[in-house]
Amino acid sequence: MTIDSNDYDFLSALVARRSGLALGSGKEYLLEARLIPIANSLGMPSLVELVRHLRVRRDESLEATITEAMTTNETLFFRDKTPFEELKEQILPELIANRQTSRRLRIWSAAASTGQEAYSLLMTIRESFPQLSTWRIEVIGTDISQQALSKARQGIYSQFEVQRGLPIQLLVKYFQQVPEGWQISQELRNAVTFKPLNLLENLSSLGEFDIIFCRNVLIYFEQANKTTILDRMERQLRPDGYLVLGAAETVLGVTNRFQRVRSCKSAVYAPTRQFQTV
Amino acid sequence: MKTLLLVDDSRAVRLATKRMVTPLGVNILEAEDGSQAWERVQSHPEIDAILLDWNMPVMDGITFLRKLREDKSQPQPAVIMCTTENDLPRILEAMQAGANEYIMKPFTEEIVREKLAGTGIL
Ligand SMILES: C[S@@+](CC[C@H](N)C(=O)[O-])C[C@H]1O[C@@H](n2cnc3c(N)ncnc32)[C@H](O)[C@@H]1O
Repeated sequence: MTIDSNDYDFLSALVARRSGLALGSGKEYLLEARLIPIANSLGMPSLVELVRHLRVRRDESLEATITEAMTTNETLFFRDKTPFEELKEQILPELIANRQTSRRLRIWSAAASTGQEAYSLLMTIRESFPQLSTWRIEVIGTDISQQALSKARQGIYSQFEVQRGLPIQLLVKYFQQVPEGWQISQELRNAVTFKPLNLLENLSSLGEFDIIFCRNVLIYFEQANKTTILDRMERQLRPDGYLVLGAAETVLGVTNRFQRVRSCKSAVYAPTRQFQTV
Repeated sequence: MKTLLLVDDSRAVRLATKRMVTPLGVNILEAEDGSQAWERVQSHPEIDAILLDWNMPVMDGITFLRKLREDKSQPQPAVIMCTTENDLPRILEAMQAGANEYIMKPFTEEIVREKLAGTGIL
């Protein structure tokens, strides 16, 4: 039995309102696959009862769980490779040169999911810029999904996950084998702060960054939300900082506050104000 | 076209790997154990990489790997261990012996593709 269209609209509106994730039409199968287990776990035989329950009263924790279940947390170490190469070859060398006095860098993984992106950033730094060991390097990972974040903090990955994108030399260097799989070293775990954050909310409490990785999350949003988020991110980015989007994402037609960095093959952007002569 | 030598005593594993790799435009050679692999390496200097199982009869993977790396007169293809020996000490042992990459079984097509790309085969 497939879900009734009113119930479908109700649930997808709930998810969109809370997270910005635009499910669109025709995702009945996905919605059922992810939400029926939640309904069942509450003793409800189907989504009909789940929706009925939500219609009669606000249930904050259930709404959060549903939203979380509809997020796609798919990620891997060094995803797409090129952004990390360009980080190493261009972005970091330039920022390091610009920050010789403050000796401080702040990097944000804005849809951190289970942490692979933040840890890949950190491994890039450890591997290629040993001179930064005396600098103050802050790596912050945020996500709307508490479940993803708790896994990120634990830093334990399955055998399958550590084979996706992670060269064996880095596995043996930065991970320990534990009964549940492979755990990233205490030292790297301590070097990243993971915290919950909804990208639809105000971002100013995070402070300013030198590098923002915001990859593979805007694709799920509607245009207006993309614009709001990118414009807010621009305010959190230093004038000479960089924004890195996912391979399938662009600012074109979304905002003109960012300009593509021509020397990079991946989706690297700089704030437009950087190019404006004063 | 690059040439890959598959070394595994299980015909099923070789077949499955072959199915994954052939469409990627890689030429495949096969061997059932370390000693056959040694023969292939002698007669096929064009081999670019070896996907190498650990536990095999006659000559196991690690013995073959050491023999290969010690013989400086041989061409030195990249070696990717591909095994159910998934403990850190074993991985370190293989790397010490000269393995370039390591695949822990069970593997997926994505992992094989990744590791081949990482060793320059794709
Ligand atoms: C596909 S993952 C991307 C992970 C990583 N950045 C990468 O590229 O591999 C998308 C993540 O965005 C998160 N997400 C979805 N909506 C969000 C929102 N409104 N605020 C913050 N994070 C959100 C999801 O929980 C999920 O972990």
